[in-house]
Amino acid sequence: MDLDALAGCLSSSACLVTQTTSGLIIGMLLFLVAVGLTLIFGVLKVVNFSHGAFYMFGAYFAMTAYQLTGSFALAMFAGAAGTAVLGLIFERVFMSRVYGADVLMQLLVCYAFVLIFDDVVRIIWGPEFKSMGMPAAFQVMPLFIAGGVVPPYYLLLIGVALVVAIVLGIGLSRSRIGKVIRAAAHNPGMVSALGINTGLIYGGVFALGGMLAGLAGALAAPVRSLTPGMGFSVLIESFIVTVIGGMGSILGALIGALLLGLIRSFGSLGFPLFTEGLMYLFMVIVLVSKPTGLFGKEAA
Amino acid sequence: MTELEAGRAETLAPVRSGAALQRYRDVLIALVAFAVLASLPLFTGSKALLDFVIRCSAYGLFATSLNLLVGYTGLTSFGHGMFFGLGAYSFGLIMQKLGVPIPVAFVATLAITAAIAAVIGAICVRLKDIYFAFVTLAFQMLIHSTILSWASFTGGDQGLRGGIPRPTFLGINLANHIHLYVASCALLILGLLAMRQIAQSPFGYTLRMIRDNAARASFLGIDVWRAKLTVFVLAALFAAMGGMVMALFVSGAYPEFAYWTISGEGIFINMLGGVSTFLGPMVGTVLLLLLNDTVTRFTEYHGIVLGVVILFFALGLRKGLLDFVADWFAHRRDAGEGR
Repeated sequence: MDLDALAGCLSSSACLVTQTTSGLIIGMLLFLVAVGLTLIFGVLKVVNFSHGAFYMFGAYFAMTAYQLTGSFALAMFAGAAGTAVLGLIFERVFMSRVYGADVLMQLLVCYAFVLIFDDVVRIIWGPEFKSMGMPAAFQVMPLFIAGGVVPPYYLLLIGVALVVAIVLGIGLSRSRIGKVIRAAAHNPGMVSALGINTGLIYGGVFALGGMLAGLAGALAAPVRSLTPGMGFSVLIESFIVTVIGGMGSILGALIGALLLGLIRSFGSLGFPLFTEGLMYLFMVIVLVSKPTGLFGKEAA
Repeated sequence: MTELEAGRAETLAPVRSGAALQRYRDVLIALVAFAVLASLPLFTGSKALLDFVIRCSAYGLFATSLNLLVGYTGLTSFGHGMFFGLGAYSFGLIMQKLGVPIPVAFVATLAITAAIAAVIGAICVRLKDIYFAFVTLAFQMLIHSTILSWASFTGGDQGLRGGIPRPTFLGINLANHIHLYVASCALLILGLLAMRQIAQSPFGYTLRMIRDNAARASFLGIDVWRAKLTVFVLAALFAAMGGMVMALFVSGAYPEFAYWTISGEGIFINMLGGVSTFLGPMVGTVLLLLLNDTVTRFTEYHGIVLGVVILFFALGLRKGLLDFVADWFAHRRDAGEGR
């Protein structure tokens, strides 16, 4: 425990800015992964245990595309589009077979793919740590805000995640497709009876969720190291986010992810060895005081 | 006595003697199983085989205790591994720091586990379904983080090293491989027998009723919360027993024992073997360990092989192996009677 460091940081604006941005980065990446998880759970009622693998694939796709083309935009596109296709195939071919089955069977299918995907990455890209490197466009002087250092790439990352949050929120509540998706989440039988292909909606939502995780992976690729199994810690943390925010709630995922990011960045100062413990402690406190999460609906 | 009561007494009596009969049968099977396992070293000198059985004992106790929660009560715990780790660490720490005789450390570990499980369980069993799963997972990770960060006491990420002293007691020397093997088998069989008694007791049937319809159980006057808490603590005790066998076997304790993957493996074992038969988790344990051992010998990409096997169970059989076999026999019997 190092409370002096924490107190020292809280009283210095430079440190405050640096730690807050790094917390926001962690939070925003987590949000992108967690919002896909929460969407899939909300509509398909499936806890996608293999969601971390999509994050991992997004990062690897982006790295390969960047190495081939040298274009950052194409790398992001490859990460997002590649995982969307992967999500669609995964849902249609495998997950759709276990919807009626026990929840544990669904978990087992996902668990199987966590193992398989990790090994596939190991075979294609090798077991060692990889790094994509920061694109040239962002290798510029960092901004100084109130004495704190903020790399411009961080601002892009935060911006993209915020745009996704707003588009998703408005899209789901206002657009026709959004309404159909919410209807399918509520009563798939009725939606299907009205002549709408629910299989397509399920596949689409899974692809969307996979795409968001892939985008998060692609965005993280320049600032994190890539390794098989990198999806796992992200998965666990985004589970915490969805549980804290409330399963199925987009706003909840955003708030939960930001809270968790800030806990991580400031916790690492005050409790360097117990940072993870802090997150779980927070989750226990939320679950015990409000089992459905901060923004979850009461149990239906 | 009214006619109705008389009728009931008549039907109850055979049921009771039936239960007693089954208990004798269970004890008999347990004795035979122990005799077979314990005489194994007489026929083979293979250390690898004996090691395999010891590992099966540790994981088997753990997985079967998890089934008390998952299969019998419908409580899908994702954090059951914390008690496996807790058992290993408490036992190791007591032996290293206090140097008491092994049985004393054994009982003390069970007492510590019971106390911690009661506190954690009191919080967890209020929640249902997926929320129960997540809160147990969170506690598991909390314990794991504590083990990692309290390095001066637990050895941190290096684990509890330096070996666990194994002084001789009652002529049993657990530093001797054969003694350790027989002791592990004895603990496994005793643990399984005790869990079988719990599962077949009226309390065990109460648990099944809670699993199938908690609201009805509550209306019938059962304190659902207390029953769930009781089975949570009981299951924790057997998981800790598994952890102690593991700690004795590797002569240490490592943070991985308390990591969530242990819980994941426990769930996986239950799914492999089947949750609706008592011995399903035991079958699953042997299957998983065999699978792990053989696959890692042949390929470095054992994740793919293991994953495909899991897919076969999940998408092909759609249930655990022993469940599948039991259903198949039931189906055949029904078909035979129909003819």
